[in-house]
Amino acid sequence: MSSSDIRTVELNMGPQHPSTHGVLRLILRIDGEKIVNIAPRVGYLHRGIEKLAENMTYQQFTPVTDRLDYVYSMNNNFAYASSVEKLLGVTDQIPERAQYIRVIVAELDRIANHLVWLATHALDIGAMTPYFYCMRERELILDMFEEISGARLLYNYVRIGGVAKDITPRFMDMLKEFVKIFPKRWKEYDTLLTKNRIWMKRTKEVAVISTEDAINWGLSGPSLRGSNMEWDLRKKKPYSVYPELEFDIPYYSEGDVYARYLVRMEEMLQSNRILEQCIEKIPDGPTMMDDFKKVSKPIKPPAGEAYGYNEVPGGELGFYIVSEGKNKPHRMKIRAPSFVHAYAIPFASKGYLISDVVAVIGSFDVVFGECDR
Amino acid sequence: MLDEKIIASLQDRFKENIVEVGESCGDSIVTVELNSLHDVLSFLKKELSFDYLLFITATDNPKREGKRFDIVYQLRSTETLDEIRIKAAVNEGEEVESITDIWVSAIGDECETYDMFGIWFKNHKGPGGEGLRRAFMPDDWNGHPLRKDYPLKGDDFSDKWVEKLLPEGQRHQPDHTRMP
Repeated sequence: MSSSDIRTVELNMGPQHPSTHGVLRLILRIDGEKIVNIAPRVGYLHRGIEKLAENMTYQQFTPVTDRLDYVYSMNNNFAYASSVEKLLGVTDQIPERAQYIRVIVAELDRIANHLVWLATHALDIGAMTPYFYCMRERELILDMFEEISGARLLYNYVRIGGVAKDITPRFMDMLKEFVKIFPKRWKEYDTLLTKNRIWMKRTKEVAVISTEDAINWGLSGPSLRGSNMEWDLRKKKPYSVYPELEFDIPYYSEGDVYARYLVRMEEMLQSNRILEQCIEKIPDGPTMMDDFKKVSKPIKPPAGEAYGYNEVPGGELGFYIVSEGKNKPHRMKIRAPSFVHAYAIPFASKGYLISDVVAVIGSFDVVFGECDR
Repeated sequence: MLDEKIIASLQDRFKENIVEVGESCGDSIVTVELNSLHDVLSFLKKELSFDYLLFITATDNPKREGKRFDIVYQLRSTETLDEIRIKAAVNEGEEVESITDIWVSAIGDECETYDMFGIWFKNHKGPGGEGLRRAFMPDDWNGHPLRKDYPLKGDDFSDKWVEKLLPEGQRHQPDHTRMP
């Protein structure tokens, strides 16, 4: 196929397009309605976070990680903190209460992210109603986060060595209430979409990805689990207190947009299940390692390098940190799932229709704060 | 820590090309020579089931004697859950063999590494045969931001960046709207 082929037309989509969840630009080459090729163009939100990291101390960088995928900031903080802890070799010294609080906020944030994802994904495809339902429950989670961290979007709550503050009794009350009502509310979204004929027509057998391709394209998280791959870092490479908690990995074999939708829907319930167990199991105790209580005290990891990763709602978020024994990292590479997924869009949507591209972008849950860094 | 069998079979196959086998914070690191990089990665995927490429990146060490950059590949096996990091030293102006023929997910990472460090990947093939290009910065940008000598702030760059650093044939073709 060459660009001189008269049958095909070049169509520009984005960067200001409502379905691109930020600023993604795709140059589509189309034959009628059919996609022949796509060239992705990212970088419209590039802020040079990796360069900033080299010029900041380790603690100063924590609030910057909030700005990666701003929909799941808690998970970003968590992934960054555990990567630095791996570099320092203190992973097993984190107080148990702090570990449980981390898991609680991470799972709450996973639900919040999936709610935003569901709201916008449905909106892209043309279902307006789920948006209002999803935002209603997300509000409850944001209120909880406001209670413990004072912020509603960029929390800076999970810190190196523990968490910033202990959770309050009011937070626990809100959490117990939330865990009780969430499955009922979840049923409402399920009724709206899962068996909806229009929804199924738009998502079933669209962008089918085989397991082999999914691994080859580097997909991770729910996008990989939609392609018949039982893969979850919380189970396969357990970290924090996940080994003590019971939950399943939902995965589906169809590999289409609908399968990825089902995976994320199921994951919300699994997160709720983890939260229920955390309420029972959370012990008393300190929430921060003594060494890291003073933020002004510089952290100087020994010379070396570590790659730490967490299962965040979007996939696998990793931090590859190279230290030269100074108080600032020599190099910090952020392995962002959205970046990998953005480059998989051309392969996933080849041969489908223009309107399917919107469904594919939504099904990968690409957010550009993280993709462009 | 990685199974010794894997290291042994690597050493068996690439005797002369392995520079160093090390470990840091529990991660296994194997440093190889640049010219054998493509073969090593291909061998790891096909023979040792390291089927998942996590990322490609580079580090800049301007004060180091010898070659300036290290190019880093992190791999994982989805069967055995092993992880391995492959490194190779690259000097300014040297070209790296692209691995987009082994992993499709290398496309984005190679574009990013070229954009940020100015390391050229030869035989890079993007979607639809598109060549290597800048991932984040504008097409006509001068310089490569993650190099240590690139300042943190200020925008008064002259052409000396591109002219000084990159030899002919190692520059992407600026194309704002055209695609293959």
